[in-house]
Formats: sequence, structure tokens, C-alpha cells
Amino acid sequence: MGGVRVLVGTKKGAFVCTSDEKREKWDISEPHFMGWEIYHMKGSPVDANRIYCSQSSGWFGQIIQRSDDGGKSWFQPGTAPGEPTHSPEGFPLAESNKFVYDTSDESGKPITTHQWYDGTQHPWEFKRVWHLEPSLDDPNTVYAGVEDAALFKSTDGGKNWQEMSGLRGHVSGPQWMPGAGGMCLHTILLDPLNHQRMFVAISAAGSFRSDDGGQTWKPINKGLHSNFMPEPEAEVGHCVHRIALHPSRPDTLFMQKHWDVMRSDDAGENWREVSGNLPSDFGFPIDVHAHEPETIYVVPIKSDSEHVPPDGRLRVYRSRSGGENWDELTNGLPQENCYVNVLRDAMAVDSHDSCGIYFGTTGGQVYCSPDSGDHWIPIAEHLPGVLSVEVQTLK
Amino acid sequence: MAIIKVVLPYHLRNLARVKSGEVEIEITDPATIAAALDGIEKKYPMLRGTIRDHVSGKRRDFLRYFACGQDLSHEPVDTLLPDKVIGGEEPFIVLGSIAGG
Repeated sequence: MGGVRVLVGTKKGAFVCTSDEKREKWDISEPHFMGWEIYHMKGSPVDANRIYCSQSSGWFGQIIQRSDDGGKSWFQPGTAPGEPTHSPEGFPLAESNKFVYDTSDESGKPITTHQWYDGTQHPWEFKRVWHLEPSLDDPNTVYAGVEDAALFKSTDGGKNWQEMSGLRGHVSGPQWMPGAGGMCLHTILLDPLNHQRMFVAISAAGSFRSDDGGQTWKPINKGLHSNFMPEPEAEVGHCVHRIALHPSRPDTLFMQKHWDVMRSDDAGENWREVSGNLPSDFGFPIDVHAHEPETIYVVPIKSDSEHVPPDGRLRVYRSRSGGENWDELTNGLPQENCYVNVLRDAMAVDSHDSCGIYFGTTGGQVYCSPDSGDHWIPIAEHLPGVLSVEVQTLK
Repeated sequence: MAIIKVVLPYHLRNLARVKSGEVEIEITDPATIAAALDGIEKKYPMLRGTIRDHVSGKRRDFLRYFACGQDLSHEPVDTLLPDKVIGGEEPFIVLGSIAGG
């Protein structure tokens, strides 16, 4: 019998939660990296024991941790316990936390500027890793989405990181600007049917697609409308909060934008709004059912100024028609006095026959629905504020 | 060449997997602030980038350097360490600022 492993990143450490396929009883690990912000953890699709973790702090910067035993133990790639820490020449070996924008003549792009909050130009400065996306076919290859927005790649298990500078160096860069959380690259989607194709999303620049393995990038924001911009339908500048796809139909993308839930059926060339009857179309996460490509999930919050559920009732909304028509899911969720948020990387789905849906809140609750959203049970209720949730289906 | 005592903040001790409050670091001559930082990073390569920026070498904003009651944070990194630090009597302290949380 299989099970699940839920990877929870919080404001004060990481937790690994495990259960069997019933997903009723849960074991929660001791905290890892206590006191550090864990923006994201994600396991390799081809090696469930290989997990990458982004650990950061305002004091000490960015650290990458890796586990090769399913989250039981961790090390910084490049400085594994028992391995030599120095080269024969006496130099420290590679550091997993070295994210340096590539400005080389051979492969890099110059450090340019982007819009600052006040509209002036501001140089790119690395701050942290928001999202780690392991390769679909190689456990040693992993992508990192960082703030200030850029994409990095490691092909040696997280020891060395190389910027894929074509994105940061895009001609539209000076028009990008930070959202309230910073100018972050928070979403990386790999097309399982076309390994040359990737999608990323940046707050607040929008969505971009590469059709050549990340060398060059194209903004894909046609159809988005953002009232906070001088030109509401400009090519870039949109505050995309999250995009998602179903692996069987990677040309269909779903987006939770700052306001508006959107979909595209042509790999992002054109978008149309599918907010339909949602009580609010502001939110952060969006995800797709593992077996039903037209079943999608969002968690509406009241507004850009009030990041709390409407009416103090925590509700997941599910559409079985790819948007427009939405049903509220409340069974097991608090329906009064609830004022938490669900952040963009804090929702995930497993791929058991009865699809499990997971999300975590800024109030430290982690919920699981083992039946596609019909019923919800708390995995944990008193963790630090949840920044990210990922799930590994163990079969 | 000297062996100096260094006090690291809690989170960096965890990253370096050391239990004691003080660690001993071998540093090369001249025994400057930079030599102390180089020595820390040589013994504990996992701390590279956590005390000072990988590229610029700039001290992280929320960290300070102290020794013998002196604030060395804003001194040039080629400043010699105090004699008592070089002699192993007093530690070189890397201190995380109290900044809320």
C-alpha cells in the first residue's frame, strides 16, 4: 500500500508529514531548520527520496539543503558530511548557496535595472530562492526561481547554480516591478510532453514561456487586464500569483492573478477570464486535479487590501468545468472567525486514485482532503505560518 | 599563522554542525578581520555566503563583528585583530543583531 509525504515549509522551519493512502492519520516530523524561513521544498519526480529545500533568513541569506533519504536527514550539497570539504589545492568546494547573476560575456547578460515601487529604476539584487522545481527525468537537475526575478539551474544535485540569463536579460526587464512580497519568480512549470518548453511566472512582470530549453523567453500575457498599471493590458507588468497545468494537457494553463482567475488553451498565447461565480477572484494558489484536467481549485480571499477569506469562512472553490462555474468546499474547514491566508505555493495535489488536495495557511494549519475536496481534515493545526506545501505520492 | 577563538551565532553553529559556543580557527598572517573570515569559511565552507556576500565580500546587514569590547563591524577588513584575539585569550565574535522576530 502506498502513502503520501507532505512537505511543509513555514516561517520558522520545515516539517515532513506522512500518512498511508487513506490519509486519515498523520505523523509529523520534528522541525527541520528551526528558526529559518522555508520558502519551498520539493521532491524529485523520479526519485522520491531526493528532496530539495530552500532555507533562508534575513540575517544569513540563502541556503540550499538536500535530502537523499526522504526528508529524514539533510545536508548542504557540496558540503555533505563525510565528504572532503576542500579541493586538493585547499579551496573550499562548491557552495550550494551561491546564486550569482551571470554577467559573463559568454553566457550572461548585464545587470540591468527594473522598476522600483516608486517608479524609479533599481538594479537587480539577489535576495532568496522562492521555488525549486526538480527536473522531470533527472534527480540531479533542478531549477530555482529567485528574487530579484531570475531563473537558475543546477545539474549536479544543487551544488552549483548557473543563471539562465535569457530571462532576466529580456528586453522588457526594465518594466518589471516588485509585488508586495518582492520581485519574485515563484512559478516554474516544466512541460512533460515537450522538454524544450517551460513556463515561469513573476510578480509583477507576468508569465513567460521558453520553447528552447530556457535560452530565450517570450512574455505570454495577452488577455490579462490589470487596473493598477498605467496601461492595463501591457505586455508585461502583471502581478501573476500562480499558474498551473495538468501534465496530460500542458497547453492548457490556469492562472490566479492578483485579481482574476484566467485560463489559456494555447500555451499562454491568449488568456480569458474564468472567475465566474467566485465570491472574490483575488487569491494566491491555483491547482489542477491529478486525474481530471478540467477540475481546478482556488482559495479566494477578500481583496488585495484584506488577505482573509470572505465572511471569515475558509473555503476552497472547485470548478469541474475548467472555470466559470465554481462550487464552494467547506466540509471540515472553519466557517466562522477565520482570518488566515493561503499563499501561492501552499497548495498541492497527490496522484492517488482518490486524488488528495492539500493546503496550508498563514495561521499554521495544514489541511488534506483525500477525496478531491469533498471533505477536509487537519494534518496539523499549530505550525508556524505556512509558506509552502508540496506532496509526494508514494506507491 | 595563529589559532583564534571565534564565537558564531546560534544558526551558524547549527549550519556548521558544531555544538560548542566557541570554535578554534586557524588564520594566516597578517591576522586581520578578513583573515578571520577567510579562516572561518575555510574550516566551515557551508558558511560561505552567510556572513558576507559571496561576490562583493560585503558584511551582511544584520551581522556585526566584535572583539575585546570593540565594534569592528565598520573597520576596514584589513584591520589587524586585537592582540588578545591573536593570542587566543579573547574571541572574535560574529553577532546577529536583535531585529525583532
